[in-house]
Amino acid sequence: MDFTLTKEQTLFLQMIREFAEKEVKPLAAEVDEDERFPEETVRKMAKLGIMGIPFPTKYGGAGGDNILYSMAVEELSRMCGTTGVVVSAHTSLCVAPIYEHGTEDQKQKYLPKLCSGKWLGAFGLTEPNAGTDASAQQTTATLDGDEYVINGSKIFITNAFYADVYVVMAMTDKSLGTRGISAFIVEKGTPGFSFGKKEKKLGIRGSATCELIFENCRIPKENLLGKIGGGFGVAMKTLDGGRIGIAAQALGIAQGAMDETVKYVKERKQFGKPIGQFQNTQFQLADLSTKIEAARWLVRVAAFKKDRGIPYSVDAARAKLFASETSMEVTVKAVQFHGGYGYTREYPVERMMRDAKITEIYEGTSEVQRMVIGATLLK
Amino acid sequence: MNIVVCIKQVPDTTEIKLNPETGTMIREGVPSIMNPDDKGGLEMALELKDQYGAHITVITMGPAQADQILREAFAMGVDRAILLTDRKFAGADTLATSNALAGALKILDYDLIITGRQAIDGDTAQVGPQVAEHLDLPQVTYVENLQFKAPKTFTIKKATEEGYQTVEVDAPCVVTVLASANHPRYMSVSGIVTAYQREVEIWGFDNIKVDENKLGLKGSPTRVAKSFTKGGKMAGQLYEVDAKEAVGIIVNKLKDKFIV
Repeated sequence: MDFTLTKEQTLFLQMIREFAEKEVKPLAAEVDEDERFPEETVRKMAKLGIMGIPFPTKYGGAGGDNILYSMAVEELSRMCGTTGVVVSAHTSLCVAPIYEHGTEDQKQKYLPKLCSGKWLGAFGLTEPNAGTDASAQQTTATLDGDEYVINGSKIFITNAFYADVYVVMAMTDKSLGTRGISAFIVEKGTPGFSFGKKEKKLGIRGSATCELIFENCRIPKENLLGKIGGGFGVAMKTLDGGRIGIAAQALGIAQGAMDETVKYVKERKQFGKPIGQFQNTQFQLADLSTKIEAARWLVRVAAFKKDRGIPYSVDAARAKLFASETSMEVTVKAVQFHGGYGYTREYPVERMMRDAKITEIYEGTSEVQRMVIGATLLK
Repeated sequence: MNIVVCIKQVPDTTEIKLNPETGTMIREGVPSIMNPDDKGGLEMALELKDQYGAHITVITMGPAQADQILREAFAMGVDRAILLTDRKFAGADTLATSNALAGALKILDYDLIITGRQAIDGDTAQVGPQVAEHLDLPQVTYVENLQFKAPKTFTIKKATEEGYQTVEVDAPCVVTVLASANHPRYMSVSGIVTAYQREVEIWGFDNIKVDENKLGLKGSPTRVAKSFTKGGKMAGQLYEVDAKEAVGIIVNKLKDKFIV
């Protein structure tokens, strides 16, 4: 067992930290305040290969792995939760399922454009009546000649509108329940595919979250992703991977709030000394930093197992559960440490607190993670 | 076009700490980085490669850990990396360093040799010009901008104390570049992933044809008489006045110091 970073990981952290500090941090408050999707940052990340980290170079990827990918999402989110989730949703929820379940033709067609960041990806599973109970899909796909006709809608779709490619779940046979769900690749611009309202959110406000609307949207039957009726499996496996990304995002937000807090308590003086010199401050920060470090290694263990083909669903669930709840705890306390200043937008910790909350909800709520972990224990 | 870029690993001086008793730099825990002017020079080479196609070699003289900046250079897009390292090179001042570098450069093909203006640890700005002298090449220092004009001319904007000068020089030549010339690119992810799979060539004394007496401590005429920590600056004085009054105050202060 070896917990030291490899030379490549060290070099990667040097690059991604510099990138996050110089390119992401300066925009973080603005994209939040203006609810603006950071398109320019996505273009810069694309140029460096950040939009295709864990995929082979033969498909245009960077040839890295999920540990590097999790480090990227962590470091980006440390500065800006929005930027972290743009990369996570693209990589884990769109590129990964096409790479893992696509035919060679689908891989050749989509992966080079997605991995190079020329195209952005998104994923459509959630519906108004199919949230945690994802099996209750109402969107349908019906085969008509050489085409599938999709009808229905998806909500809360991260990267929607800006994404060029969508991995979408739809019922191909309602009588079969979850075995009647299939996955499809739908391109932006396909007639019958449009966008509904953009959500106004508490946090990650720069990330685009919209409704996808399908009205007799016809796609070639070659766009079926995986087997007919295999969509629920595709979705669940995709979310397992996605949880590594969201756990890394939560971890990054927590670390960002910790960094801000450590800086602040050294400077802020009350009762004649920096508040960091009070034992109460140090004890609380000690507890929080311990949780952050524990979360970091849960994330890395899950990523490590995924890279080696070892089953990692429970590890990803644990990482996401613990990292997201840690992120919420750390950011709430970071605001408290900052006092009244922390409640204002003069300081970034209130944004971090708002950004942290979603990590307990999307890609499986904390309750879902507990279900996954609990069910495995009692199997 | 063949370009050789000379780079140096330096301590990150934004994080430097001095031992208050001995006045020496505390090296433990201080991160090492690619010297900023050298990185500007490397970016200049990479931009030429992007525009015209070029083969870029980076070379550094230093201890084994200097390998790190060569890997970084690989990840930024260079084609070949050479680490010049040997016990006989140790203790070199700028002259002995430039002798070793020039010895190595004589073996390499080049149309353009790029160095940084100066390293942030020594601040001498001597190595680049000395390399040019050893190789008997034209040199342009303090370069802000460089454009290639086929077949073999460079149009160069260089900084002077008064402003800028634009000169033309034919290849082969040596230029020393300022960090302010550009914004060096980030390492690419795929470059990072393969950086340690590529070969850094290790060259020692036996690879370069240079007289041993011109290398390392033996070849270094510089002797450091004393090192000490600079005294801290006094707290400044703050005047909140309008512009006209400020001019008067500044002029009087300068007169007090006999500057004007």
